[in-house]
Amino acid sequence: MHEFIILTISGLVTGGIYAITAGGLTLTYTTTGIFNFAHGATGALAAFTYWQLHFDWGWPVWLSLLVVLGVLAPAFGVFLHFAIMRRLEGTSETTRLMVTVAVLLSLLAAVMWIWDPQTPRNVVNFFPGESVDMAGTRVSYHDLITLAVALIVAIGLWVLLRSTRAGVAMRATVDDRNLAVLNGSRPEVPGMLAWATGTMLAAVAGILIAPKLSFAALPLTLLIVNAYAAAVIGRLKSLPWTFVGAMIIGLVTEYGKGYLTETRFPTAGPYLSGLSDSMPVLVLFVAIMLLPTSRLRGHASSRTREISHRPTWTGSLVFAGIVIAGAVVAANSLAAADLFASTRMWGFALIGLSVIPLVGYAGKMSLAQLGFAGIGAICVSHLGEGGNPLGLLWAALICAGIGVLVALPALRLSGIYLALATAAFAVMLDRWIFGLPAFTWGDTKIDLFNSGTLNFERFDWPGIDISSDRAYFIFGAVFFALSSLVVVWIRRGEFGRRLLAMKDSPAACATIGMNHKLTTLTVFGLSAAMAGVGGGILGGAAGTLSPVNFDFTAGLSVLMLMVIAGLTSPGAALFAGIFLGTPLMTNLFPDYAQLTTILIGLNGIALGKNPNGFIAAKIRPEWEPALGRPVVLAGSAAAQLALIVLRFTDVIGNWPFVLGILLAVIGIPAALKIEVMIKAPRTEPEVPEGLSGQPEGLGLNGNRFEAADIEALDKLIALPSLPAAATAAAPSPILPGARHGA
Amino acid sequence: MTLNVADAQPAGAPSAPPLLELRGISAAYEQVEVLHKVDLAVPTGKVMAVLGPNGAGKTTMLKVITGLHQPTAGDIYLAGRCVTGAAPVDLARIGLCSIPEGRGVFPNLTVSENLWMATYRGVSRKEIEEKVFPIFPRLEQRRNQAAGTMSGGEQQMLAVARAIATNPAIILLDELSMGLAPLVVDQLYDVVGKIAETGVTVLLVEQFARTALAVADLAAVMSGGRILQVGTPDEIAGDLHSAYLGG
Repeated sequence: MHEFIILTISGLVTGGIYAITAGGLTLTYTTTGIFNFAHGATGALAAFTYWQLHFDWGWPVWLSLLVVLGVLAPAFGVFLHFAIMRRLEGTSETTRLMVTVAVLLSLLAAVMWIWDPQTPRNVVNFFPGESVDMAGTRVSYHDLITLAVALIVAIGLWVLLRSTRAGVAMRATVDDRNLAVLNGSRPEVPGMLAWATGTMLAAVAGILIAPKLSFAALPLTLLIVNAYAAAVIGRLKSLPWTFVGAMIIGLVTEYGKGYLTETRFPTAGPYLSGLSDSMPVLVLFVAIMLLPTSRLRGHASSRTREISHRPTWTGSLVFAGIVIAGAVVAANSLAAADLFASTRMWGFALIGLSVIPLVGYAGKMSLAQLGFAGIGAICVSHLGEGGNPLGLLWAALICAGIGVLVALPALRLSGIYLALATAAFAVMLDRWIFGLPAFTWGDTKIDLFNSGTLNFERFDWPGIDISSDRAYFIFGAVFFALSSLVVVWIRRGEFGRRLLAMKDSPAACATIGMNHKLTTLTVFGLSAAMAGVGGGILGGAAGTLSPVNFDFTAGLSVLMLMVIAGLTSPGAALFAGIFLGTPLMTNLFPDYAQLTTILIGLNGIALGKNPNGFIAAKIRPEWEPALGRPVVLAGSAAAQLALIVLRFTDVIGNWPFVLGILLAVIGIPAALKIEVMIKAPRTEPEVPEGLSGQPEGLGLNGNRFEAADIEALDKLIALPSLPAAATAAAPSPILPGARHGA
Repeated sequence: MTLNVADAQPAGAPSAPPLLELRGISAAYEQVEVLHKVDLAVPTGKVMAVLGPNGAGKTTMLKVITGLHQPTAGDIYLAGRCVTGAAPVDLARIGLCSIPEGRGVFPNLTVSENLWMATYRGVSRKEIEEKVFPIFPRLEQRRNQAAGTMSGGEQQMLAVARAIATNPAIILLDELSMGLAPLVVDQLYDVVGKIAETGVTVLLVEQFARTALAVADLAAVMSGGRILQVGTPDEIAGDLHSAYLGG
């Protein structure tokens, strides 16, 4: 009984921290429509700043708290609002979510950069050693403060959102920003207030939980995952239910830790220890599954600035050709160590490619793609022993099956709830399944991750030897290029149209009799299979893999890079592969290990400006016209070929070679412009009779649109003249001010 | 600045400045010009109906007046003062009230909270409820219900209620009748008529001409981004078919 009381109190305190975190999440979601994945990272930043001020610089507790909670945290919230979040209007839920993931990755990297993770740090409780006696159990002042703060936050937020005009205006702005403006509300103010308060709550939670966790950036950042479930139980809007949910999760987690131990269950104990860590995500999964669909509606933008480009076969084949040719050149010019490290890029690129049909075309947000890759890697390692390529087939089949199984309960979900359900699955794999000790199923002994490390051999294809790094690199490129063509084929075919239709209007799909359930299951299965194969290819490249390679935050990076470059472009997958699977950044900036992540994050933050990704916004408009200009293409290809020859004959080194290739590629748009200028007609086309200028320029850029122009245009396109009133110069007899604009 | 209706002289006086006046307003979406030098004057205390087919530019004109869309040329005058380029929020606060196309309510807020959003002009929450609930008793019954769960007619009632609650100088109504049963439309227009009787200027945009002309003092016909004709409802009613069907 005594243990039960201790666990209950401990559970309530943990629940209190989740309540504060989930309260902040709910606040920003209710008032801005953005589910802030970076909430935990903000808490981590605040906790580290508090450590710096109080424990390192010796400032008094009250002053440190005042500076962090009263000044820095709200100021950071206001900064987030002005610099990032308010630019997200008219973007899809995926983009909005990814921007906060970008903030998470940047903050996490920044914290690890500023406060070296290798240096041990400690944060101790408030009023250390002080406690009161409750039901025969000592409860520390710190825990009591945590509970009190949780209660005050829950009540305070409820009052703010329901009983103050500022709170109502915050909610109104999310419902209809323009309408709120037309009512005289300044939308910047509620948004700013919401982010300032939300960030402050993240800081409070971060500081309160810091003494309970190992004081490191990652666990503090991932605290947010535990709070998701509470926020979902409150349906992302009900603060009382969020509070209740947080308490349930706190209790379940602590009871799990207390009772699911090896001492109580000698046989099952080792398997259950990871389970208690996964309790919050299990609760999240169950909560999402049990809540009625009608209550799981997120804030969706009815019209977004995002469009899906239909790729052409010519462009796609050129892309595939360039990938293979580039890989051949790179494989023959990279240093041995760099080449070995870079073979992993094709695994990441394939995992990135798996995101395209599911998230890019079908609009189904999945945060579990790297998890599926982990499952694929397990399959290839165990079922493709000795480099048997059938391992890849097994990986595809098993991952497709698991993908469909995950999709089944998720069929009724969309938007943020689907993202959270898949996040729950990924975290469960990461925290529990991948770490399971060996077990036996019937006569078969199963040891998923070989108690820590999976071993791989290079695939043994009949007639082809890809055991060397060079051959494997080219093999990876060919595999990726062919897979990218499969994705293009899907996009251009009937299935692709179904996926896009489902994303654009599920209601319209239902009315035309489309089976959206089958389509959803198929795309989940297909995407999981692709990710699984990607995991296998990654394993073949690396030789050994551990669960860390497939952790939840790494999965966020893959998705993040895909979104930055453009969720519907195979080029984005290549970008993700290069960024995550090559030592490019560490070679360029050897002293700044965290720079890669920070750069990814900063790029992601700019998504509000180019929600279609930089490939669609910048690269395609500049380079695609070259496909119709053989002269320019041939010129660039010849220059590159010459450079390749010079490189292979060792006339030039790697750096001049790379710079030359870059120039030859960057020169294409410039060459196109020059070609257009040369071919452009030297004389202006004739102005049609009666018009004061070219018809397409009339009424624009200060060119006046005169009455005579209207008449001449009508004549030109054989329209009858407008009624007399339309062209009369005299004012209307009714109103002195009322006259048409002729 | 607060818009004072008294600033504008009584309608009908020879030099009476209209409460709202558009002078040579042009507007474009990207490169496509959709309003071509529109001139329109809405006299103080009158109801003006702007009629026209789909794509005539009516809604864009209202967006320009409310400041949600910036004109490419021309000026807007409110009570004789040029307000071109003013922020929508400032225009709302000085008394230009607008009910946009569709259901002009906040679906996730309750009826009471929706009305609360009208307090930015300095009217208290209590005053608003005392003014609105006698006109729309059904809203009082549903004061704690989320607006998005009410019927279309009730939602439009709420939008009108929120508009009149602010004691505006001028109300802009965009397609009030859209998607509503004729009976509900009649009720809503009854209310519009009553609002106008209190001296509030109304500019309403409608596709359904008959309904709008019944309450209007003046009407304008719009097509192809131009005002084609301005006159009394009787004058306009005769020529309407040409505006909608061409010819």
